[in-house]
Amino acid sequence: MPLHFELVTPAKLVRSEDVHMVVVPGSEGEFGVLEGHAPFMSTIRDGAVQVYASANAAPEVIQVRGGFAEVNEKGLTVLAEHVEG
Amino acid sequence: MPSLKELKGRINSVKSTQKITKAKQMVAAAKLRRAQSAAEAARPYASRLTAVMASLAGKVSGSAAPRLLAGTGSDQRNLLVVVNTDKGLCGGLNSNLVKAAKAKARELQAEGKSIEFYLVGKKGRAPLKRDYAKQITGGFDTSTVKTPGFDEAEAIADELMAMFEDGKFDVAHLIYPTFKSALAQEPTVNQLIPVPAPEETIAADAVVDYEPGEEEILEELLPRYVRTQVFGALLEREASEQGASMTAMDNATRNAGELIQKLTIQYNRSRQAAITTELIEIIAGAEAL
Repeated sequence: MPLHFELVTPAKLVRSEDVHMVVVPGSEGEFGVLEGHAPFMSTIRDGAVQVYASANAAPEVIQVRGGFAEVNEKGLTVLAEHVEG
Repeated sequence: MPSLKELKGRINSVKSTQKITKAKQMVAAAKLRRAQSAAEAARPYASRLTAVMASLAGKVSGSAAPRLLAGTGSDQRNLLVVVNTDKGLCGGLNSNLVKAAKAKARELQAEGKSIEFYLVGKKGRAPLKRDYAKQITGGFDTSTVKTPGFDEAEAIADELMAMFEDGKFDVAHLIYPTFKSALAQEPTVNQLIPVPAPEETIAADAVVDYEPGEEEILEELLPRYVRTQVFGALLEREASEQGASMTAMDNATRNAGELIQKLTIQYNRSRQAAITTELIEIIAGAEAL
């Protein structure tokens, strides 16, 4: 079962896809989210979100500024005010 | 009866007006599509944010709630944030907004509360200045950019929140047009600050971990929520402006067409009358010989 990952900015829905793992720069440290993660919510600091499409693939890096991440039973949602690249 | 030359001049001038209104109508139609898709693209963020707010606001309440949620404890000083368009040629859109703003202002004043205005966009300034010249305290000019985006919304929201922190007002209301269709745009009045508590708080059955804490997250979230509200208002304004402009220009083009038809008939009648008179003169002259 892959992890459903959504990256949303005020202007648009940037990503909505199934991935293996996402590493999020939380304000109290980076954390990786795999499928079946416990419900969790954290603010994020400015930094890079790393998206691993599969277990061995090189991560895709997306720079985000300002926002927070929410993990629930449906997957991971990152709400960011600005996304670069 | 105007002369033939005058009539011809008038027909030509109405024709060129029609050309302008038709061009504006087509531009508005093209822009409307873009504005609508922008408004739709913004929806996921707003709905997610509202959902998270609802789940958090239920948990953090009472004295622990941040000021943006709890308010100052008074509702005496009201700030009306009126979002108008920058350009005209969009029918009654702006006058409807101003009317709604004035109605709200009168309602608040009747309750003995003081009001102030914060104006976004150019078009509302003059009519509001006529009645409330002293109450206009600030404004934001969106006419410098082509399409106001999130950066402008951020700037407006940050200024409002700074004013709130400085204790310049207790309650802020946001007045903006809601886009229903190209034919209907409704002025809407929403409370912006303090953030109205969500009507239904979602009771999360799962135990959610919060990092850092619930209050810290909520504190981070509220300014974002205010910004999103302002951004939403800007997007709605954009769509409403184009919709109203399209309808108004369609009407104007049709009116111009009718006017041209009427004038052309009048022109032809007077031309025929002139020819007939001339003929009669010639015939009468020939008979007299």
